[in-house]
Amino acid sequence: MLRSFWCILTRDLTLALRRRTDVLTTLFFFVIVVSLFPLGVSTEQQILRILGPGVVWVAALLASMLALERLFAADYDDGTLEQLLLTGQPLALLVLGKITAHWLLTGLPLVLIAPLVGMQYHLTDTAIGVMMIALLIGTPILSLIGAIGAALTLGLRGGGILLSLLILPLYIPVLIYGAGAIEVSVIDLSNTQPYLTLLGAFLLVALIFAPVAAAAALRISIE
Amino acid sequence: MLEVMQLECRRGDRRLFTDLNFSLSAGTLLHVRGRNGSGKTTLLRTLCGLFTPEHGKLLWRGESIQQLGDDYRREVLYFGHLNGIKGDLTGIENLSIAATLAGNSVSQSNIWAALARIGLTGFEDLPTRMLSQGQKKRVALARLMLSTAPLWILDEPFTALDVDAVALLQTLISDHIAAGGLAILTTHQAVPLTSGQVAHLDLGD
Repeated sequence: MLRSFWCILTRDLTLALRRRTDVLTTLFFFVIVVSLFPLGVSTEQQILRILGPGVVWVAALLASMLALERLFAADYDDGTLEQLLLTGQPLALLVLGKITAHWLLTGLPLVLIAPLVGMQYHLTDTAIGVMMIALLIGTPILSLIGAIGAALTLGLRGGGILLSLLILPLYIPVLIYGAGAIEVSVIDLSNTQPYLTLLGAFLLVALIFAPVAAAAALRISIE
Repeated sequence: MLEVMQLECRRGDRRLFTDLNFSLSAGTLLHVRGRNGSGKTTLLRTLCGLFTPEHGKLLWRGESIQQLGDDYRREVLYFGHLNGIKGDLTGIENLSIAATLAGNSVSQSNIWAALARIGLTGFEDLPTRMLSQGQKKRVALARLMLSTAPLWILDEPFTALDVDAVALLQTLISDHIAAGGLAILTTHQAVPLTSGQVAHLDLGD
């Protein structure tokens, strides 16, 4: 069972490495959106510090949305998705493999580039640390929930817009607690714990239910 | 081995076929014939569990395929209109992933041998998007040689293949039938078999 999970994970990573543009687009999109705010709003330190957490999270949501559409679409187009549905392996596990690969390619780079972005917003070192932890817990949730939407809108015309309408509302809790954690860390570091714990709880719930839901949605979409 | 009872399939509002009954025993080839649009592909997709029928039952070794779920899917090899291979991966990689996911442990040398037999010597290490249509189809068909599934469901397997490949595919199907397997295929060509029996099913009359 683990072999099939690993097989899908390495397959998707290999594919992404052979087609690097897809990965880089997400990362550059994130960096550019985040950089536009200081240019457009103000370069005042106080204002940027207040804006920072929210902007970073909104940009992370949008960047993660950007790559979601391709999560299953590429496999759907060349018929490999059909084959995945017929392997006789638990489909939820294969879906989890695909989501993991998706997060490693689109979520993890955002976590790693966060310190650079934080500096742009004059965030303190502790705030940057909390931001990285919050993104590390939060971005997998985005990929997991997004996978359900991607599976549901698979093969639909104009699925991209529908996907955003479907998924963005579900991202709101992650946005609130993710940005909240960074905001309160400026006042007192110990205040961040409930925010991060809640994010962790979201992650656990998503980890259990999202692959199963996405697998069921795929079976419907492929008909 | 496979029993179909009172099967009815719809596509939107259109009823493709209704009250379809047949049963196949081991070592049989079922040749599904019919006009374009008569529901051949839908029937094949229903048989492998990708499409839910409106009515009817599908039994595999006496048990419903819905209940068997993954146990049934492990016994089926489906070859559809789309090749189901990744253009950015090489033939070798495509086949070893397909074998791993099907739960077969196939050695690298077996995969190289399968590709050589299907006439792709020298193309094993190229990304499959560089290959011609016929060659891509050959990569996909090499799965048949590595598979242990008793039920083969092949949708138009002969299109885009040259004479040699068609002959090879017929040999593969004959061998599979002779070994007690079951094959269901759609094609507009005649399929001569060296052994086993050929059943015909005409849709859309």
